[in-house]
Amino acid sequence: MNRGTTDLPVLLAPRRRIEAPGEWGLRDIAAVFGSRKVFAALVAFAVLSVAVAEAADASVRPGVFATVLKWTPLIATGFLFNLAVSVASMAVGTFAGVLLGLGQISLLAPVRGASWAATQFFRNSPWLVLLFFAMFLLPFELKVAGVTIALPAWFKAIIGLALPVMANVAEIVRGGIKSIPVGQWESAESLAFTRIQTLWRIILPQAVKRMIPPWMNLYAILTMATTLISVVGIQDAMTLTRGALVAEARTDLYLPLYAMLLLLFFIYCYPIARLTQVLERRFAVRI
Amino acid sequence: MQAIADWFKWLAGAHGINVSIAYDAFDRARFLTGLTTTIWLSIACIVLSIAVGLVGAWLQGARSPIVRAGVAGFVQFFRNTPPLVQLAFFYFAVSAALPMVTDQFGARVPLVNNVGWAVISFSLFAGAFNIEIFRSGIEAVPQATMEAAESLGYTRLQSYVYIVFPLAFRICLPALGNNLVNLVKTTTLAYAIGVPELLYAAAQVWSETFNVREMMVVLLVTYVAIVAVLVGFMQSWERKLRIPGYNA
Repeated sequence: MNRGTTDLPVLLAPRRRIEAPGEWGLRDIAAVFGSRKVFAALVAFAVLSVAVAEAADASVRPGVFATVLKWTPLIATGFLFNLAVSVASMAVGTFAGVLLGLGQISLLAPVRGASWAATQFFRNSPWLVLLFFAMFLLPFELKVAGVTIALPAWFKAIIGLALPVMANVAEIVRGGIKSIPVGQWESAESLAFTRIQTLWRIILPQAVKRMIPPWMNLYAILTMATTLISVVGIQDAMTLTRGALVAEARTDLYLPLYAMLLLLFFIYCYPIARLTQVLERRFAVRI
Repeated sequence: MQAIADWFKWLAGAHGINVSIAYDAFDRARFLTGLTTTIWLSIACIVLSIAVGLVGAWLQGARSPIVRAGVAGFVQFFRNTPPLVQLAFFYFAVSAALPMVTDQFGARVPLVNNVGWAVISFSLFAGAFNIEIFRSGIEAVPQATMEAAESLGYTRLQSYVYIVFPLAFRICLPALGNNLVNLVKTTTLAYAIGVPELLYAAAQVWSETFNVREMMVVLLVTYVAIVAVLVGFMQSWERKLRIPGYNA
């Protein structure tokens, strides 16, 4: 806590005041990657699935482990594509979701009602159905002022995944803004801030901190949902895994290859989940 | 009934808006079968996932560190991997490792069929979330309440059954409701392994009748309606369980 001459948060410069209580330390990083028991359980799972496959493998064919290793680079490439889709969908979904979330607190009743209805509709529909919705109902090309723009399948998939993300981000934004006490709005009003100024300079800076953990959580959910694009016929990690299994035509590979795919996602999503928890604890009740 | 069918037939003819399930008995039967399968699948998964959650939350309080680590590993694994890959893992990989059985017609079939794996997979997926939800509910019960129960001579199990759980359940009902809504939406993934649920049925209808646009709207509205029914049910349950004066 001892930073310079004072440890009273009010006396610190604004930026440092936010960071002051409990700095980022090794403990936080350990917490993100930590929890040894979870990793022990995981390693046990991976070893078990390979061991079961090795035990079943009683011929001269190449070992299960070697075969899994052979396909790993290909499946990892597919996984990178999943990640690319997740980042793109998150960007589109966040942009649209922030607008929709702000629409929900609009002073205009029609805007508020429409935003609320859209949020509820997209939030309560299954992701897969929305993905189908986008894949089938978006045109395969757009004609804008005589220029034809092709809409490839991956682009439509990004939009399809961005729809539920948009609705969830809207809820996060609305919830974050609502979590700021009314007193903040009232005191801003009494200081003659306009509504936009209040929102932009007083409410949002405080609310963003509370929105980040659920937003990251949503990103992890989206990353896991990107495997849905394999159902609508786009080549991703899931499709490539299935392809590898077809190419090898060996039933003993099913367990280890799918286990590897699960682990790939786990290794990516689990640190995000832990980081979310750490941030939630750090940002808890501080107004 | 006939009038409605006639009106939809007119709509298809005059405006090209072809809601075939409204007038075509075959399409309607298929759609209704899908709807029943989805509802049945959802109910089975909801019941099983709550059971998984209760057992898991109870095991998390176990003395043995190995049991606790096992539960923690299970929860984190199912929470942080894609449900679709989990489903494929069970349906393709685990199923292949299990022995085949002979059915009543003498054919060799897998021990568990695709519907069975869908139920197992989704129940474990949602169950992992339920464990966390129940645990947070139990943790939210004040320590003093448990101490009071103890001082009144309740045993550990008794205080869990009569004091802690009834309070914890009320605390975690909203979170449980959210998770169950998510579970109902997740049942659409069963499409990927050919379970004839709502999405599968709708896909069959639109690939034969060529009315993707109309069926898609029907599908989305149906799912939103199912979720609305579930949410309404959870909210009325919450109201019924409310203890006057006790705000959890």
